[in-house]
Amino acid sequence: MSKNILVSYIIAAVGIFIVWYFIAMIFSVAMIPSPILVLQTLIDIFFSDIAIHAFYSLIRIIAGLFLAIVIGYPLGLAMGYFKKCDRFLSPLVYLTYPIPKISLLPIVMLLLGVGEFAKILMIFLIIVFQVVIAVRDGIREIPKETFYPLISLGASFKNFFVYVLWPAVLPKFLTAIRVAMATAISVLFFTETFGTKYGMGYFIMDAWLRVNYLEMYAGIIALSYIGLFIFGLIDFIEHITCRWQKRR
Amino acid sequence: MKNNSLVIQDVSLSYDNGKILAIENISFSVSADTVCVIIGPSGSGKSTLLRTIAGIEKNFDGNIFLGREKLSPKNKKIGFVPQNYGLYPWRTVEENILIGVKIKSKINDDIILKMNSIMESLGIFDFRHRFPGELSGGQQQRVSLARAFLLNADLLLMDEPFSALDAITREETQNIFLSLWKKNKLITILVTHDVDEALYLGKTIIVLSKKGRIWEILNNPFFGNREEIYNKNFIDMRARIREHIQKAGADI
Ligand SMILES: Nc1ncnc2c1ncn2[C@@H]1O[C@H](COP(=O)(O)OP(=O)(O)OP(=O)(O)O)[C@@H](O)[C@H]1O
Ligand SMILES: [Mg+2]
Repeated sequence: MSKNILVSYIIAAVGIFIVWYFIAMIFSVAMIPSPILVLQTLIDIFFSDIAIHAFYSLIRIIAGLFLAIVIGYPLGLAMGYFKKCDRFLSPLVYLTYPIPKISLLPIVMLLLGVGEFAKILMIFLIIVFQVVIAVRDGIREIPKETFYPLISLGASFKNFFVYVLWPAVLPKFLTAIRVAMATAISVLFFTETFGTKYGMGYFIMDAWLRVNYLEMYAGIIALSYIGLFIFGLIDFIEHITCRWQKRR
Repeated sequence: MKNNSLVIQDVSLSYDNGKILAIENISFSVSADTVCVIIGPSGSGKSTLLRTIAGIEKNFDGNIFLGREKLSPKNKKIGFVPQNYGLYPWRTVEENILIGVKIKSKINDDIILKMNSIMESLGIFDFRHRFPGELSGGQQQRVSLARAFLLNADLLLMDEPFSALDAITREETQNIFLSLWKKNKLITILVTHDVDEALYLGKTIIVLSKKGRIWEILNNPFFGNREEIYNKNFIDMRARIREHIQKAGADI
């Protein structure tokens, strides 16, 4: 199974490079360098130049994601499980959820400056709403009969959580993170274009200003691989923890 | 402790702040080591009554005792088997069977041995690492029986446990249930809408009327016996129950 997936990924990657190669050959301009040169550059400068930027970006994403889960999961759980909590918090969530989070960037920067925390907060804001809503809806959708055998056993809330709430919600929760992650990476790129000398956003824009297209493309590829790595990680976690779903 | 009877005293329960009276003044008792079957037309409150005894419905009037104590999920072991078997799709067969024991006591080597022998006797040992979604309905039902009997409960409650099975599987599973029960006798209440099932599995049969009251409590001499279908008394009893349920059902 996973071998086939790997093969199809490699075929797709090779396909993209072939198309890119021919486009570069046909146009033959500095703006579109050959993928071979770009890969060469990537290999040459990855450890000396790019790695530190990739590391910064990855840490910011992980910190934002971590905060979003630590705050969003319990909130969604409470809203899904306790009706009163939901009645109280739902309006708040619905009023703030549709705001494009990127438009809050100026406010966040005014209040927090352009430092690390502002960047992490932006990622947090994008992911946390998805998490809250996915967890809340996931819990609401559990038929109440599911709890009956546990209730008659005198189960505690911890038992409910372990046997029902957590596993029932997990697939939705992971999907929400996957969806939010795409937006989070774009916004991260944007926030990294100012107020920092580290991060993939900074590296790519800096290469662009220096008219170093090879490095710029190498940066774009590196950023894509960060994304690929994160998505792969989420898929892997899902594969391990949601085995029961796959085999249905 | 286990040789005590279950006593239901004047139990009533209504839904929607008293608008729907689902069961009214239900009183009966089930002595130790007895299977009691509850039968009645649709909407007569069978499931409501079972959930009330199970401690799932908490706002009821009246009293429920097991032995001298008030029955509650916290101080007694209650096994509850809902119509959809109550298995957790995200847990393997083995984990599902162990849930009751894990919550109520501790898993030890004896429990594992007992579980394996129950699984063997139910023919589900080879499926123990599968997920419920990978089993047929009959196999799932056997898993839920294994869970119920491994728990060594004080009280076993089952809501139409065999009704989703096809006729042949149902008969087979009823037999499996009865032979397991004979080896691990405990107070059991089984809800059904099938008169033949009631006569085969119920030592006591409680017939509900459509308004959630008891119509009649019958002592069933044909408990555990499928061979009496030509016996005059059997035919009469079956006809009487069937007629009542049909009439009551038609009144709705
Ligand atoms: N959660 C609920 N809220 C409101 N009314 C309910 C609820 N559950 C059951 N009722 C009502 O209570 C009455 C008894 O329902 P119950 O499910 O106990 O009947 P039953 O005998 O199990 O029926 P069936 O044979 O169809 O399963 C019905 O009139 C039903 O509509
Ligand atoms: Mg019912």
